[in-house]
Amino acid sequence: MKFSKYITISIALVASLAFVQCSDDDDNVIIADATCNDGIQNGDETGVDCGGTACGPCATAFEGTYAQEDQMGRPGINTVFGTDGMKDEFNVTTPSNMQSQFQPDFENKLLSLNPGYTTNALGLDATTFTTVLASDVLWVAETGTTSYFNGTQVLTGRTLQDDVIDISLLLIFGGPDGSENPMLTSDFVDSNDANFSASFPYVVAAN
Amino acid sequence: MKRTKLLAAIAGIGIVVVAAIFVAADHIDAPAVAGSESDITDFYAFQGQNTDNLVFVTNVQGLLAPGSTDQAEFDENVLLEINIDRDNDLVEDLVIQMIRRNDSMYFFGPVQTGSNNTGLTSVIDTDAVRNSVKISTVDSVETAENNGMMFFAGPREDPFYFDFDQYNEVVAGNSDGFEDPGTDTFAGTNVLSVVVEVPKSMLGPGATGANPLMPDTPIYNTWVESKRKQ
Repeated sequence: MKFSKYITISIALVASLAFVQCSDDDDNVIIADATCNDGIQNGDETGVDCGGTACGPCATAFEGTYAQEDQMGRPGINTVFGTDGMKDEFNVTTPSNMQSQFQPDFENKLLSLNPGYTTNALGLDATTFTTVLASDVLWVAETGTTSYFNGTQVLTGRTLQDDVIDISLLLIFGGPDGSENPMLTSDFVDSNDANFSASFPYVVAAN
Repeated sequence: MKRTKLLAAIAGIGIVVVAAIFVAADHIDAPAVAGSESDITDFYAFQGQNTDNLVFVTNVQGLLAPGSTDQAEFDENVLLEINIDRDNDLVEDLVIQMIRRNDSMYFFGPVQTGSNNTGLTSVIDTDAVRNSVKISTVDSVETAENNGMMFFAGPREDPFYFDFDQYNEVVAGNSDGFEDPGTDTFAGTNVLSVVVEVPKSMLGPGATGANPLMPDTPIYNTWVESKRKQ
């Protein structure tokens, strides 16, 4: 019994010596282990409680300036309404500047896609419709159901299930009551090839 | 005659190929980002299973083939930034900044914006709340949860669906419309997905009147940006 006690004490002593650490002002605070929240740089940390093999990256690992290359609010806006020569510019224009810069181009593109456009199922004429779309942000309801369009909710979010292509085609080609150009108002693909999960992360396993 | 026919056929192929480049939700939407690690393919924002939460899904690097999906990586030089405008001035009031370091995706925020992270250039706000999740592979799924927020980053089946080939036929003038039933061209392809679920209480109130079609519903204006380290 005595012998095993001696062994235990020895191991504890060796262990504490192995990990003994002093804080920067050397006030004799003894740290039992090098951890990522002990307030000092120890172990193989490259900064105080960061870097190395055990801790998360230091703030310095995230330094730098990042410049915009792409952006997206609603689905397909730049793809459908952008024109050659302006697509790259659209991607580096802040939403607050998009309407003044791109609405006339969007309206021209709408009328070239559908020369017979008058209004759509939302009752929006070409100018109003493209004014809404030109500021490319996705509206999301703070409260209640979110949907791109589900019969009652109109542009209150975008779920994985929403058939955004059919909704967009209908609004571009369908006319005031959605009955015009019937072969252009749906792609007749009504759902994704895999079922989404009802719980986080909602998107499903890769193929 | 034969030569003319051949030229016409080649020209026809050219039109289809060009049309194919400019299609889909935001997949390969513009020349400067097409096919790069910063190419955003889709952005979704919806109420979570817990209706007190909102979910933001950002997909990049579309059209990954199943056999090579695990070779695709998030670029450590590309910052993904979710922007949330609460007062309908089309300027972000909050951001969630997301970037890969080593085997994990790091999330900063949601945090109130300042001059350093508003507009077209951003600095990562390392003073903001930081969370992380190990990046998943095709077969190994990792999620993280902290303070009511949930996180995922990794390859997923592309949730976008569209008869892209038939659209090309229409754009090329080879067809007057879609076919019933259509064919989902994105079936069987993958994307790199980042999913973050956030309690609405962290976002504060939205603005009524922002959506003229639903004027009484409080709305956030949201969008996602990809930004490359300079």
